[in-house]
Amino acid sequence: MSILGLFFFVAIVGLTLYVTYLASKRTNSASEFYTAGGGLTGWQNGIAIAGDYLSAASFLGIAGAIALNGFDGFFYSIGYLVAYLVVLYIVAEPLRNLGKYTLADMITARFNQQKIRGAAAVSTLTIVLFYMIAQLVGAGALIQLLLGIDYWVAVLLVGVMMTTYVLWGGMAATSWVQIIKAVLLMIGTIIISFLVLLKFDFNILKMFSDMKTITPAGDDYLNPGVKYKNGIDTMSMMIALVFGTAGLPHILMRFFTVKDAKTARSSVVYATWIVGAFYILTIFLGFGAAAFVGSEDITAANAAGNMAAPLLAQALGGDLLMSFVSAVAFATILAVVAGLVLSGASAFAHDIYGQIIKKGNVTEKEQMKAARWASIGVSVFSIILALGAQSMNVAFLVSLAFCIAASANLPVIVYTIYWKRFNTTGALSAMITGLVTALVLVALSPNIWSPEGTAILTGTALFPLTNPAIISVPAGFLAGYIGSVVSAKADERKYAEVAVKANTGLK
Amino acid sequence: MEQKMEKVVPPQSKPDYETIAASPEFKSLVRKKNKFLLPVTIFFLLFYFTLPLLTSFSTVLNKPAIGDISWVWIFAFAQFIMTWTLCTLYVKKANEFDEEADLILNDQKMSKGRGRL
Repeated sequence: MSILGLFFFVAIVGLTLYVTYLASKRTNSASEFYTAGGGLTGWQNGIAIAGDYLSAASFLGIAGAIALNGFDGFFYSIGYLVAYLVVLYIVAEPLRNLGKYTLADMITARFNQQKIRGAAAVSTLTIVLFYMIAQLVGAGALIQLLLGIDYWVAVLLVGVMMTTYVLWGGMAATSWVQIIKAVLLMIGTIIISFLVLLKFDFNILKMFSDMKTITPAGDDYLNPGVKYKNGIDTMSMMIALVFGTAGLPHILMRFFTVKDAKTARSSVVYATWIVGAFYILTIFLGFGAAAFVGSEDITAANAAGNMAAPLLAQALGGDLLMSFVSAVAFATILAVVAGLVLSGASAFAHDIYGQIIKKGNVTEKEQMKAARWASIGVSVFSIILALGAQSMNVAFLVSLAFCIAASANLPVIVYTIYWKRFNTTGALSAMITGLVTALVLVALSPNIWSPEGTAILTGTALFPLTNPAIISVPAGFLAGYIGSVVSAKADERKYAEVAVKANTGLK
Repeated sequence: MEQKMEKVVPPQSKPDYETIAASPEFKSLVRKKNKFLLPVTIFFLLFYFTLPLLTSFSTVLNKPAIGDISWVWIFAFAQFIMTWTLCTLYVKKANEFDEEADLILNDQKMSKGRGRL
């Protein structure tokens, strides 16, 4: 690696460690550890949400997908953005008003039963693990390419960094790592987009016209259908994207870092502007890579197109920009995995250990100890899984995480807040049905089974779609409905409390 | 009612959620909220899913709109504009709801005298 590249990496590692050091001084209670004491401002949390959300799959994955598949790659950008309306309109404020540290807190605000908390914690941990393996596998492959070090060294490097942030700095350090990353990512993306526009003489029309002749897809490049030829599968993917975000534990957890619903609202607004601006710019990243790197070189470096953005940086800005963008990609991964460790640890230490095993009888000191051990546990476990999952397709793992979040978590969240008749049986059936349906359908899908042996197992897929959301999301909602109407009536007093709290923030 | 609550949580009385939930002020707030949230949510979901529906099952969006930019890109940009617009609209509306919620909270504080907020 060049001296320049090394400089950027060391600078990012140094800056984030310094932030962690500052945060460690005040991280001395469970509330500080999980939520930074609820003391973040709207804009801070907004940028941190963007930093938590814009994963390597967004930066490297979408740039590559647009470069190789034209409009079809842009589907992701649209789905990931519109998802914020679901978060803002349906989830953010009631969640802030009802919850404390975790999603399970919010659901048990209405149904105070351990099996409900247990089910919510299990679905949280499942989503976190899939998402985390995706990020770690992607990180390993990338850093291997960028730095020329072995895959396992790269995974360990990221693993040690994320554990360090969370262990010592908790949510405060994680939030600031995410803020730093979001700012760097936006700077990098804006610089590349500017250089791409410069090449097209700042003429968008010319850019589109040129794109028709530059890629192997020809005219079709600008039209949908280059990659997604099965309409039902496309719809299914779009369902997972738009409903998944509002069920992702590490995103939901960010709403507990602000003091009230009003601040939660303003942070979503900041996040939506930043995330939206970023996703618009993915067009320039993708088009630029297709035009100035070329699909042959992109797929030669990485078959899925993940190297498109760094290669484009190299083509437009030489080693300097390439080194900067690679370091930004590294920071991107770190920020996301740190958030994931924290949400996994909270489900384990707060929900399973603190509330279920210890029944809430834990001292502040014990809570902190449990939280730190759970962070180490989640980190080590996912590092081991990631070391064995090198050949897994990253995009598939991420879309699976979104699908489980949309199928298992969203129905329960929506019913808990808005449906009077919803009850314990409904909540359990919704979570279990959503989770199991998503997992089983994926296990039977073409992601796992291929007759030619190109997937994990050889054979015919029993379920034809690559993304099961079109079945599993309605299944989650339906199970919640049926479970509720066939069982005893809901406790209306409890719903009155939830409705008042959710709508007014009364404690 | 009050005494029952006291028994459950001895040191500090909980607010009387049922009375608040049944009050005309609270009901009106929830009604106003739903009257805004429900139609807008249905609208943006329809607007969103229309894009993949049209691209998957028809080719109408492949026609050029401005130069070589086809309608599918225009519709895609419209999704961004819609998201930002509805985001801004939500904040404006939510601020109005906040005022009503604050009134309910104040009433609660006054009637209790000793209530904590």
